Amino acid sequence: METHKAKRVAVIIEAVMQSRLTDAMEDAGVTGYSVLPVLGGSGRSGAWSREGQVGRGQGMVQVVCIIAADKLDDLLTKAFPVVEKHIGVVAVSDCEVLRAERF
Amino acid sequence: MEQILTLAASNLISPIILSFVLGVVAALARSDLSVPEAVAKGMSIYLLFAIGFKGGVSVADYGVDGRLALSLLAGIALSFVLPIVAFGLLRLMSGLDRLDAAAVAAHYGSISIVTFVAGTSMLEGAGLEAEGYMVAVAAAMEAPAILSALWLISRGGDGRRMDSDLMREIMFNGSIVLLVGAFLIGCATGQEGLDKIDSFIVAPFQGVLCLFLLDMGLVAGRGLRQGGGVLKPGILLFGVVMPLIGACFGLAAGVGLGLSTGGVMLMMALSASASYIAVPAAMRVALPEANPSIYLTLSLGVTFPFNLTLGLPLYLAIAAAVTRG
Repeated sequence: METHKAKRVAVIIEAVMQSRLTDAMEDAGVTGYSVLPVLGGSGRSGAWSREGQVGRGQGMVQVVCIIAADKLDDLLTKAFPVVEKHIGVVAVSDCEVLRAERF
Repeated sequence: MEQILTLAASNLISPIILSFVLGVVAALARSDLSVPEAVAKGMSIYLLFAIGFKGGVSVADYGVDGRLALSLLAGIALSFVLPIVAFGLLRLMSGLDRLDAAAVAAHYGSISIVTFVAGTSMLEGAGLEAEGYMVAVAAAMEAPAILSALWLISRGGDGRRMDSDLMREIMFNGSIVLLVGAFLIGCATGQEGLDKIDSFIVAPFQGVLCLFLLDMGLVAGRGLRQGGGVLKPGILLFGVVMPLIGACFGLAAGVGLGLSTGGVMLMMALSASASYIAVPAAMRVALPEANPSIYLTLSLGVTFPFNLTLGLPLYLAIAAAVTRG
């Protein structure tokens, strides 16, 4: 079956920044994304766990989108100001999709 | 007075406090005891609705007087002023930099609604009533402290402004909407409305509060275990001293307004408490460079337990003594 090259962008970010990030993604022409809860982890800011968080302010989410390669620069340019000062990780990887017109 | 002191002592062995202590101990002992996230959320919705509704019914029963507006204004003023006091105290006691000090200070101008709920529960146990509109005062005190913190930062040459999205998120956060909404429903339906649902929002209240505080104890214990290392002695001391200073401001405001013993006690509790829900979220957006371990551990792991175990009985005793209740 024919596949098409695309880019997968996964951003782990504080839950309070989620809507700001997805707004920036939509502004960059991203037509679809998924938001996943993050259970816990450890990094420069120390270990943390979703268990025992009293407010949304302390949680993390992962926002994942798959886009055409030519949209990547615009997306990263618009998303960077949102994630720049916040705890999280931005990762870009190559992937292949079946229906290129959707991305 | 003696009766109030006896009540204060018995508070320490009440089911509510002991449930909280159980949670702290379980967390410190690394027990796998946990309250499912959805259950904790459900209990918090229940408690906010019940406390808001009962406050509204109280206002409907006794009517509105000029003190309502003055109490709201006093609450807002306290929420603006307390962060400035906290900021100065922190800089003096802890050596925190401006950013961290401002972020911590914002928490101490805002309020802990669970402390407020525990305070109302204690008043009920003592057979005292507070002005029903104190619920609205609690809601009004949530946000102004955040503006104060940003002002403190901007004075240092950092031109941060609160964007409109953040302002909307703070003003319409779920806790405020539910508390104020339930309060208005209680006002509108009055005693007749309460009669229809009292088997749901009155009788189970204490039991639900126990379970909720068990969860809060778990959260506080985990916070202390994970973030306790960031709290130096000066910061720890601040977590106990600042509530007492805040309570003094609340006492002055409550007495100045001519509130009842219960009202003064709740004004003290609100002024003494520190936020750990609304303000941390706002600080993550507005001051992301500030260290969340400091303000969360301090607010939830030090000040909240202090207020719950020792602060509330103390505030009630002082309020009773001052108002001769």
